[in-house]
Amino acid sequence: MTALRRLWALAVIPIISIVLALLLGSLLIIASSLAIGESLNLLLPLIAYESLLEGATGLSLLDVNAAGVPSLAFSIDPDRAARALTSTVAAAAPLVLTGLAVGVGFKAGLFNIGGTGQVLVGAFVAAIVGAAVADQPVPIAVTVALAAGALGGAFYGFIPGALKAFTGAHEVVSTIMLNSLAFFIIVGLVNDIFKIVGPSFARTADVGNAALPVLFGRNGTVGVLIALAAVPITWFLIYRTTLGFEIRTVGANPSAARYAGMSPRRLIILTMSLCGLFAGLAGSIEILTLGYYPAVFGTGIGFAGITVALLGRAHPVGILLAALLLGGMRAGAPSMQITANIPIEIIDVIQGLILLFLAAEVVIRRTFRIRAERVTPGELGTVAKTYGEGTV
Amino acid sequence: MTQTVSAPALEMRGITKRYPGVVANDGIDLEIRPGEIHALLGENGAGKSTLMNILYGLATPDAGEILLDDTAVTIAGPADAIARGISMVHQHFMLVPVLSVADNILLGEETMANPIFLDRREAHRRIVDLGKRFGFDIDPEMKVESLSVGWQQRVEILKALYRDARILVLDEPTAVLTPQETKDIFLVLQRLADEGHSIIFISHKLFEVLEIADRITVIRRGQVVGTRIPSETNEDDLAELMVGRNVQLVVDRGESHPAEPALTVNDLRVTDDRGQESVKGVSFEVRAGEIFGIAGVAGNGQEELVEALTGLRSPTAGQVSVAGKDVTRHGPRALQQAGMSFVPGDRHRFGLVLSFPLEDNLILTQYDEAPYSRGMVRNDAAIRAWAKQAIAEYDIRTPSATVTAGTLSGGNQQKAVVAREFSRKLTTLILDQPTRGLDVGSIEFIHRQVVAKRDAGAAILLVSAELDEVLELSDRVAVMYRGEIVAVVDGPTAEREDIGLLMATGRRGAAAEAALVAATHVTGPGVEA
Ligand SMILES: Nc1ncnc2c1ncn2[C@@H]1O[C@H](COP(=O)(O)OP(=O)(O)OP(=O)(O)O)[C@@H](O)[C@H]1O
Ligand SMILES: [Mg+2]
Repeated sequence: MTALRRLWALAVIPIISIVLALLLGSLLIIASSLAIGESLNLLLPLIAYESLLEGATGLSLLDVNAAGVPSLAFSIDPDRAARALTSTVAAAAPLVLTGLAVGVGFKAGLFNIGGTGQVLVGAFVAAIVGAAVADQPVPIAVTVALAAGALGGAFYGFIPGALKAFTGAHEVVSTIMLNSLAFFIIVGLVNDIFKIVGPSFARTADVGNAALPVLFGRNGTVGVLIALAAVPITWFLIYRTTLGFEIRTVGANPSAARYAGMSPRRLIILTMSLCGLFAGLAGSIEILTLGYYPAVFGTGIGFAGITVALLGRAHPVGILLAALLLGGMRAGAPSMQITANIPIEIIDVIQGLILLFLAAEVVIRRTFRIRAERVTPGELGTVAKTYGEGTV
Repeated sequence: MTQTVSAPALEMRGITKRYPGVVANDGIDLEIRPGEIHALLGENGAGKSTLMNILYGLATPDAGEILLDDTAVTIAGPADAIARGISMVHQHFMLVPVLSVADNILLGEETMANPIFLDRREAHRRIVDLGKRFGFDIDPEMKVESLSVGWQQRVEILKALYRDARILVLDEPTAVLTPQETKDIFLVLQRLADEGHSIIFISHKLFEVLEIADRITVIRRGQVVGTRIPSETNEDDLAELMVGRNVQLVVDRGESHPAEPALTVNDLRVTDDRGQESVKGVSFEVRAGEIFGIAGVAGNGQEELVEALTGLRSPTAGQVSVAGKDVTRHGPRALQQAGMSFVPGDRHRFGLVLSFPLEDNLILTQYDEAPYSRGMVRNDAAIRAWAKQAIAEYDIRTPSATVTAGTLSGGNQQKAVVAREFSRKLTTLILDQPTRGLDVGSIEFIHRQVVAKRDAGAAILLVSAELDEVLELSDRVAVMYRGEIVAVVDGPTAEREDIGLLMATGRRGAAAEAALVAATHVTGPGVEA
């Protein structure tokens, strides 16, 4: 009973945020249909969300007749479901990793906005190293390329970590700058030094055998397994090891950490590197699925990691669930576009709205009269600083 | 002061509050008269703060009713409580350090010139007026962080007065005050009571309660066990009522047998956060099997000295050695390995992680040692076993070892820190305000433990703002004044008056008296004593 209540206390804000975002999103869906000259259809959001669900899971709840009027009709096509679910987990895999890249930072009281840059660096390193080992046997090529990408990301997390530890530079500011830096440097490199001759657009060489093997379905790659494994490993690290205890202590009370003989500097650097490692791995998975690094590799997974981490309350299991939700939305969006003629981008808007509502936790608590778990005065500052520490 | 019995200003009837695993308040009846100073006494975890949180709307009672002027009311939250004329000064301060006195007072109670802008001038005028009326001149523009604890306490009270409190709750207001500051605050409280305000006052210091209160209500394990009038009771009687047994208020410390020097400090210099030298060339040694006490008014460099000795602050000059080994500028980890154990003065800042379970806090400084970890992995069985033992041995009142430390009562939080630090294998023990916020029974217990550690051969450095505590325990007493040790005297034969003068003036005898006369009335807010 109390365990259930505790779970509810953790989940209530994320759930309300999702519901509110979907409600606001439905207004946008109606507005966008009006904008392209369609007649007003108040049931359109329902149809859109249902097709989103169907695209993500293969589960069909509605039947829409020629006049565009839906009726309740439950059906499931096993083949379609298998394909849809594979797409969902494939889309969720990198999100799990970028979610961890932010969530683990929260545990140490760090707000890693640098996921985007760490993803890019990881992806780029994986592409270059992957191309270099393209002729090696698959297991070796894949392992080497993934490891290189992960280390590349870790290095790009190490930099803001070290900056914070030794100069006090705030990680939010430095990682935002590093994001732009990574983007432009890599664009330059891809369009110049690493550009291959042949294709009409600039790209790096093919990764050959380093491409991630598909294990199931059309796109269920090794990446899915890696992301799935990362969840229990991270949980173990954070909650069962002494290092995890140190990370959580630094996040909850840095003075107490120092008093206890821990080294906040070392832990800040280590944690930021670990965050970068997760993000780099996510970028590597994306690139090694694609097979090369394109002229401009724009991906929202780094930024989406923030939403995933907040939605998952910085807990590995929560992050997994949140990543599945957002991954499902990505996987189902094309089906929504086809059925309801809604632009795919509406998904990004909904995701942005979720983030907005999560960040407005205080407002939500007031509006819906939800009492926060009572915090003692000394803790207030910490809670404000390290979002999600309530999950301990 | 004590007037004829009039209708109560406040009545709490049958208040019951349960938390998972504990009944914090179990049918409490409390009646407060207008113009009365009513003290609440009780062991750590008896339910005093909980009862006051209910009155202030921070907690909802499971049963019972609250009557203000004979009308039943429901208090929805602190804002509601304030609107009804109830204000509270919490056990742990709730001021924003970087804001000015005026801003802190106005926070949540803004005096508006119009719907958009604050009327700062009017607010200032009211603050200054209030201060004058109750005998303390304060500059509303001073930053709170630059004020001494005593003045911060006054700001808290001023904040309550600004809100026109008829009922003022003070939860352990004197725990961090010097005797002089306590006297000053008592004058303010007395004046408030004379004007008809009712004051509920929580303290563990029995002599204070006897001095200031009109009536005293004693709570034990969530129930009222008696109400007394100061003239008809005494410290021993109150202690027994609280704890349910006879308490030995002064422990018998026996003979000490000092051996070789274990902690040596040589010409140590330390600067504070503002870059000012606050420890100015301090030298002393503490021998194994001896308790070396440092007395002094808070803010004379003790805090920086302790931080430098425990590796939390780097000294600018001088040496520290433990067991003959130079450990100057060594971090806390290295010092712990050298056999040092440390009970910090600020349990919320250093001693505990309030959002962590009690059991994790009980291993905060040993988390990476056997048996609590195996390799890199936590050993929950060992952690649980130790938590169980610590809770029993140190009488930590908690429903379980897994509740977060923040839910423990203040005194029980302190006991957790002491339990952890005393359990280490140690040769040197540094105690900073080790019994702050503890009830008499727990103080007796902790004092016995300190003496036992000494007799087992530990070198103990005791820093305390409680002169009585220093005098009771120390084999030798040093007095710290303005960053220097101005005298070291033999503990058992030390004269209280003598030490008191040294603390206040840094001098002795006639010179001290002269300095004291010259110094009167020059202290203002924030002025270091
Ligand atoms: N928010 C909470 N959640 C769970 N238990 C609580 C909470 N607040 C208080 N308690 C429990 O209620 C009991 C009474 O605590 P309370 O703080 O009222 O004690 P107290 O009399 O003020 O003690 P002290 O003198 O140490 O400050 C304790 O056992 C404490 O663990
Ligand atoms: Mg209390």
